[in-house]
Amino acid sequence: MINRTARHAAEQPGPGPAVLARDLHVTRGRTKILRGLDFTIDAGRITGLLGPSGSGKTTLMRAIVGAQRISSGTVTVLGKPAGSAALRHEVGYVTQSPSVYPDLSVEANVRYFGAMHRATAAGTAEAIAAVGLTDFARQRTADLSGGQFSRVSLACALVAKPKLLVLDEPTVGLDPVLRAELWERFAAMAESGTALLVSSHVMEEASHCSSLLLLRNGELMAGLTPAELGERGHSADLEQAFLHLIREAEGRPGRNHNESQVA
Amino acid sequence: MNPRMMLATSRRVLEQLRHDHRSIALILVVPALLLTAVYYLFENETLPPGMPRTFDRVGLMMLAIFPFVVMFLVTSITMLRERTTGTLERLLTTPIHKADLLFGYAIAFSVMAALQSLVATAVAYWVFNLDIKGSPGYVVMIAVINAVLGVALGLLCSAFARTEFQAVQFMPVVVVPQILLCGLFVPREQMNEVLENISNVLPLTFSVDALKEIATNEEATRLMWDDATTIGIIVLVVLVLASLTLRRQTR
Repeated sequence: MINRTARHAAEQPGPGPAVLARDLHVTRGRTKILRGLDFTIDAGRITGLLGPSGSGKTTLMRAIVGAQRISSGTVTVLGKPAGSAALRHEVGYVTQSPSVYPDLSVEANVRYFGAMHRATAAGTAEAIAAVGLTDFARQRTADLSGGQFSRVSLACALVAKPKLLVLDEPTVGLDPVLRAELWERFAAMAESGTALLVSSHVMEEASHCSSLLLLRNGELMAGLTPAELGERGHSADLEQAFLHLIREAEGRPGRNHNESQVA
Repeated sequence: MNPRMMLATSRRVLEQLRHDHRSIALILVVPALLLTAVYYLFENETLPPGMPRTFDRVGLMMLAIFPFVVMFLVTSITMLRERTTGTLERLLTTPIHKADLLFGYAIAFSVMAALQSLVATAVAYWVFNLDIKGSPGYVVMIAVINAVLGVALGLLCSAFARTEFQAVQFMPVVVVPQILLCGLFVPREQMNEVLENISNVLPLTFSVDALKEIATNEEATRLMWDDATTIGIIVLVVLVLASLTLRRQTR
């Protein structure tokens, strides 16, 4: 009890790490998906999780939200082991493919997920407004466009007002205007103290993050800022910089073998 | 258990169904139509004096069997969809308790089942003069308990199906044997020993027995309440088993 209050008091002034991972391993069947990751994710910041498809991004996110059992090591989220019952109020997770009920209205979807967090009607309306769907609130989710559909999924996470929001490729399939709006929204949330972990395989999005985790083949290549990535990769173009780092890691500086896909 | 989350789940399930007018119509109308068919099937039977009409026996049992079959199908498909679209996994990262989810489902579908059996029982009672000694209110009660049994078995079976196609295939495995052995086709006393013993432990048997008690006694009998309680206990056990198939974590 004393420990908890002490930690709680310590949490208040400065943004401590929202997530702390130590030697995190995840093995599914015989496949080693994550191989000993150490990193922290700070509160009040957007952390980008970047890497080729198949590098373990989704598995890492699921380990943080507690949906994936870890094989060894530790993941501490807001001071508690990942997946603790107490964290279910604090952690929001938006999966890559939108997980909402297509036969319900936007409002009914958000209201339902809000009910798990004592959200009020005002809170529901606020979450819908935050993703710019107020005009569509009464429409059936299935009748919306693909981009709107995925924003319903996001609203269902926002309604919980999580302290840690984990987003798996939230900008896939969105037009440039919407994408910019979403990144502004994320920045505003970070400003107000939320920790955000956003995965993407589009390197240009890395510039919106204040720190980056580069994942490749289940290993953490680097944890750095976008500026550092540009520097270490010798390119202002973050995609080129990332490719450079990958080739360096593979020990082949040439430009030909850019297959970074992992089985 | 958290009543707020449980009722939110019931409301959500009913809201989903509300948008599906065709399913609602099928749930409410089809049993009544099938009862009509059964009535006319036996319309011209010649009975020895004092022998009850076949419709009074078969029609009554069908009142209990419909909600069981329909709710089993509806639930297993709905729950399977919840598993495959990722909404279940998402729900399980929220504070909702597994029991809230399962009982939320059970409540929503038993509301539908109550409506269904009210329609079917009303048709049997008023249109076709179903002749039973007991109160039709008890018939509706047994029908609702049966519906919940269908919901519970549907929730459990959905865990063992990966596709909706597979889910439907569970009907011949789980539902048909219970219909065959419940006493609808052959009185259970006339079955061979093996079949009778199997039928003794199948949940649907208890509801058919309870209905027979209602048909032959003006007041509710001890035996009827025993049967109803037994099905209730089976429902709880099946729901607990179903909750074990919901996992917050994958290995």
